[in-house]
Amino acid sequence: MKLLTHNLLSSHVRGVGPRGFPLRLQATEVRINPVEFNPDFVARMIPKVEWAALLEAADTLHLVEVPKGPIEGYEHDEKFLRQMHHVLLEVDVLEGTLQCPESGRLFPISRGIPNMLLSDEETET
Amino acid sequence: MAFRSKRPEHGGPPELFYDKNEARKYVRNSRMIDVQTKMAGRALELLYLPEGQPCYLLDIGCGSGLSGDYLSDEGHYWVGLDISPAMLDAALDRDTEGDLLLGDMGQGIPFKPGSFDGCISISAIQWLCNANKKSDIPAKRLYCFFSSLYSVLVRGARAVLQLYPENSEQLELITTQATKAGFTGGVVVDFPNSAKAKKFYLCLFSGPSTFMPKALNENNEEEARESEFTSERVPYRMAQRGIVRKSREWVLEKKARRRRQGKEVRPDTPYTGRKRKPRF
Repeated sequence: MKLLTHNLLSSHVRGVGPRGFPLRLQATEVRINPVEFNPDFVARMIPKVEWAALLEAADTLHLVEVPKGPIEGYEHDEKFLRQMHHVLLEVDVLEGTLQCPESGRLFPISRGIPNMLLSDEETET
Repeated sequence: MAFRSKRPEHGGPPELFYDKNEARKYVRNSRMIDVQTKMAGRALELLYLPEGQPCYLLDIGCGSGLSGDYLSDEGHYWVGLDISPAMLDAALDRDTEGDLLLGDMGQGIPFKPGSFDGCISISAIQWLCNANKKSDIPAKRLYCFFSSLYSVLVRGARAVLQLYPENSEQLELITTQATKAGFTGGVVVDFPNSAKAKKFYLCLFSGPSTFMPKALNENNEEEARESEFTSERVPYRMAQRGIVRKSREWVLEKKARRRRQGKEVRPDTPYTGRKRKPRF
């Protein structure tokens, strides 16, 4: 699971609503997976990023060189975009858990795939 | 396969139907791969994304990531959601570029509002119309799916969902729930005259309704019409009119019929259906 996905994922346990974000990340295995750099895409994703959640996730993974926030004119700042590209798209969490901040429900991550299946009692329907 | 003549939805829940054997077909069978890729291409075309802009898309029922591969080839980034662990394992083995999630679309899509620029789905949402447990209510699960889909898309984004509806009631159930969740749009039917090439694409817009895309048809001037479901057999007109088999008229009529079905047919020439010289 990439950190971009983690930054957009939100818990959908019944009754949690918008308080299901951000999911608390615990990782036991992380891999760096090189991805082709696309400045247009990274620049488009910057406004969507929740910085507090990203910094917290980067902190638990002990990542260095994470920008502290969006900077002026980031669309043309290649160094900044490359750093963001690395954090958002190349860091891949293989094993670990995601925890819903409201209900405390744990979602296991195995082989890089978070298991978001809920039981009958936890669903909205 | 035990359920050859039946629809796979009738056999049980999707996480059991798409087992290791089924997943292997989606990796090895070139015909299946071809069909899936073509449908993904058509769905992406119907999304009408802005030219030359890499987008962040959602693939519902991504399976082994065949449709996702097409999105990656077109320069887009995607996240796939599927309920079958075996299919996701196949996707991992194929080394797809998108991120994968194990989840049930009927339980809602677990993302923040406004995350995606568009959504595609290939042959998945008809599964929501079947209840596999006593607690499953198809209408509720469909509504939960569509309302969460509406929220995870950015305003004005589109969702193109290819599906195989069993009958018109099922299609109506799906479109009713989509409308209830706030979507506008409708169904595009490609190749309505063909039994095999006929494909249903549910095109949904969040936000104000824009134009409906045209369906693919062999003679493009013809308007896309709603296709009707019928259990009656169409009478075989050619046999009644007594056209001699293998005659030129027979060949021309057959070629015209195959063209209507959207199949590849060689052009009609003066040599079409001409008898060869006797050799002896």
